[in-house]
Amino acid sequence: MADVELRHGVPETRALGQVVLHPPRGAYRDVVAGLRQEGFTMCVDVTAVDYLTHPGRSGLPPGVAPERFEVVVTLLSFERRERLRLRVQVPEHDPVLDSLYDLHPSSEAPEREVFDMFGVAFEGHPDLTRILMPEDWEGHPLRKDYSVGRIPVQFKAAGAPR
Amino acid sequence: MGRGEGLGGLQHNFLTGNLEAAVKWARRNSMWPATFGLACCAIEMMATGASHFDLSRFGMEVFRASPRQADLMIVAGRVSQKMAPVLRQVYDQMVEPKWVLSMGVCASSGGMFNNYALVQGIDQVVPVDVYAPGCPPNPQTLLHSILTLHELVRTGQILRRPGTGAGIRVDEQGGGERVPVHVATPR
Amino acid sequence: MTSTERVYPGAITSEGAQELAARGASTAAELLREQGSVLRLSEVAAAEQADRAGPEDETMIINMGPQHPSTHGVLRVMLELEGETVLRTKPIMGYLHTGMEKTGEDLTYLQGATNVTRMDYASPFFNELVFSLATEALLEVDIPPRATWIRMLMCELNRISSHFLFLATNGMDLGAISMILYGWRERDMVLQFFEKTTGLRMNHNYVRPGGVAVDLPDGWRDDVLRLLDALPSRLEEYDDLMTGQPIWRGRTQGIGLLTPEEAVALGATGPILRSTGVPWDLRRDLPYLAYDQVDFNVVVGSYGDVFDRYAIRLNEIRESIDIVRQIVDRMPGGDYRVQDRKITPPPRARIDESMEALIHHFKIFTEGFRVPEGEVYVAVESPRGELGCYLVSDGSGKPYRLHIRGPSFYNLQTLPHMMRGGLIPDAVAVISSVDPIMGEVDR
Ligand code: SF4
Repeated sequence: MADVELRHGVPETRALGQVVLHPPRGAYRDVVAGLRQEGFTMCVDVTAVDYLTHPGRSGLPPGVAPERFEVVVTLLSFERRERLRLRVQVPEHDPVLDSLYDLHPSSEAPEREVFDMFGVAFEGHPDLTRILMPEDWEGHPLRKDYSVGRIPVQFKAAGAPR
Repeated sequence: MGRGEGLGGLQHNFLTGNLEAAVKWARRNSMWPATFGLACCAIEMMATGASHFDLSRFGMEVFRASPRQADLMIVAGRVSQKMAPVLRQVYDQMVEPKWVLSMGVCASSGGMFNNYALVQGIDQVVPVDVYAPGCPPNPQTLLHSILTLHELVRTGQILRRPGTGAGIRVDEQGGGERVPVHVATPR
Repeated sequence: MTSTERVYPGAITSEGAQELAARGASTAAELLREQGSVLRLSEVAAAEQADRAGPEDETMIINMGPQHPSTHGVLRVMLELEGETVLRTKPIMGYLHTGMEKTGEDLTYLQGATNVTRMDYASPFFNELVFSLATEALLEVDIPPRATWIRMLMCELNRISSHFLFLATNGMDLGAISMILYGWRERDMVLQFFEKTTGLRMNHNYVRPGGVAVDLPDGWRDDVLRLLDALPSRLEEYDDLMTGQPIWRGRTQGIGLLTPEEAVALGATGPILRSTGVPWDLRRDLPYLAYDQVDFNVVVGSYGDVFDRYAIRLNEIRESIDIVRQIVDRMPGGDYRVQDRKITPPPRARIDESMEALIHHFKIFTEGFRVPEGEVYVAVESPRGELGCYLVSDGSGKPYRLHIRGPSFYNLQTLPHMMRGGLIPDAVAVISSVDPIMGEVDR
């Protein structure tokens, strides 16, 4: 892995000019804490991607094994006027990740959203419940194996999705 | 009334008419909408009520926040699965007679969002009288559909069979035997 | 409480008064957790307890919304009250969840703008813009200067109309009913220009990957200038009606306080962050489009109260008017969309003449164009804050994942902290000052 830069001990890559870190699941929280000391004081966004149907995704450095879920966190530094993104691989059989709530309370709602939409749980989150769907909803809509739920409309002749 | 003089003996002018027409006239001209603003369409509904388009020309500027004071529910926007029970509850809280106007394609049919989250047409939840097309229907369209509804009220029946949408529902939904309502001109 | 007696929750902790430590070591996060302003109760449990006094008859939980006139659509807020004082709060969302991110995976990139524009319906251009910018970043195309400036023009006008909507509803929520008439009057003037340009008053689908849908209409310059000439005097009317008025000040000043540390910790952006005195505006600090070539001021507040947020938006209208004037002066000529056969449909005239152009047109609109594999996060400054778009492409004609970071979604997290200790009427003022658009919260 000589060609991959390390930052806080985790590989750093660039995607279209944007800085991306790839921390392993265990080190994720510590990396974010370290970055916070560095000035990345705002957690702008937490989201996830389900790579079920596109396992060979782009942008992963060698040494980072792709998993089904990927949690994507965007941090912002006001002083340095910089953005930074973390991509954390979360395996399908054990979709759990540390919560960032202690470091960045702003991650509360988006982590709930990721839990709701992808079924990735966050350890240490104060209130991990569904946020967008009704509480008794089954399934996690943004997973790739969850269908769009299209109901057929009679007047539509074309079979293919619009 | 002077005896033996017929109507000619009356002191004042008066109109004759049937009660039904008077009731319908009153209903049509003082229809109070309940706000049920949900999404983009709600913004256009507010625009219709505001200065430029001025819904008060039709005696309808009094948007009531409480469904119990309203007789028209304008469902403006997309109704999600989570919102549908609320929609039904608000509808049930409105007193008869009541009408429902489905504003926008989302409310009418789910629109471009044919997916798991949206109710594909609010007519699955409440009976709808007028559908306003458009995404969003611009204020002119909304005004047109409101006038259409006024026309329905004016020409319709003041009593209506249950289940056919607007008008007075005489029986309680689901409870006991249905009381047949006699109407002069069934549709 | 007058606005000078400002309390910093960060100033007093169990260890005594603290100096503000280095940025990263700020204890705001820990403090927020201790403060207990968020009601941690599931929705079902809350429904059971709702409208019923607690066991000791001290506190009571009530529900506000989702169908409530002052919650801006379908926000539901659960309040724990002691008498009329708000103790803890929990905003509940999801009542407008439309599955747009899922639907977005099913639409081509060209159709995508139609989808995202319906998220934040008060400022549709910004949604289209951020989606288009993300797509263009993946495609690695540069759009022509005229397209860039048209986008800026429309966005700034949209910022104006969105802030007018805020002023109207904010006034109405606080009892200044006439504001709704004034606010809509001005907003409609702007919308008329949008309608003339895009054909629609809202949800325009005008900014598209590769440029904009059509060029500006003839006479646009006069239309815009007429608009700009009319607005400043109207804004002065607002100052008369609200800014200087004692009742208005009494309702807004010192209400819903937020400190800069809290705002940063909670991810608040836009006018809410700026009202606390943090001068952060993506247009200036991380410029996109051609914002580095226009002059404008970033309006900041100093107290972080409802009044500051109102004043910031009012003055941002003035700044936007300035920006639009500069744009009108400097609008470059040229093409309004990139002439790249891959992503641009052929001009209408050529379709009539050439079979090839017709096929090309048909293919673009049915199959769309392919976007190289990759992932990108792009953010713009919408009237409500940082509007981000995270787009993942797997190399096909449809996004693999489309995620929109709606500023209101994050801004709503500040509600419990701003409402704590206030009265119910203050809660209404606070919700209104956040200016949430539920469409982008729930998506
Ligand atoms: S019909 Fe269109 S404008 Fe109305 S709610 Fe649906 S998407 Fe929004």
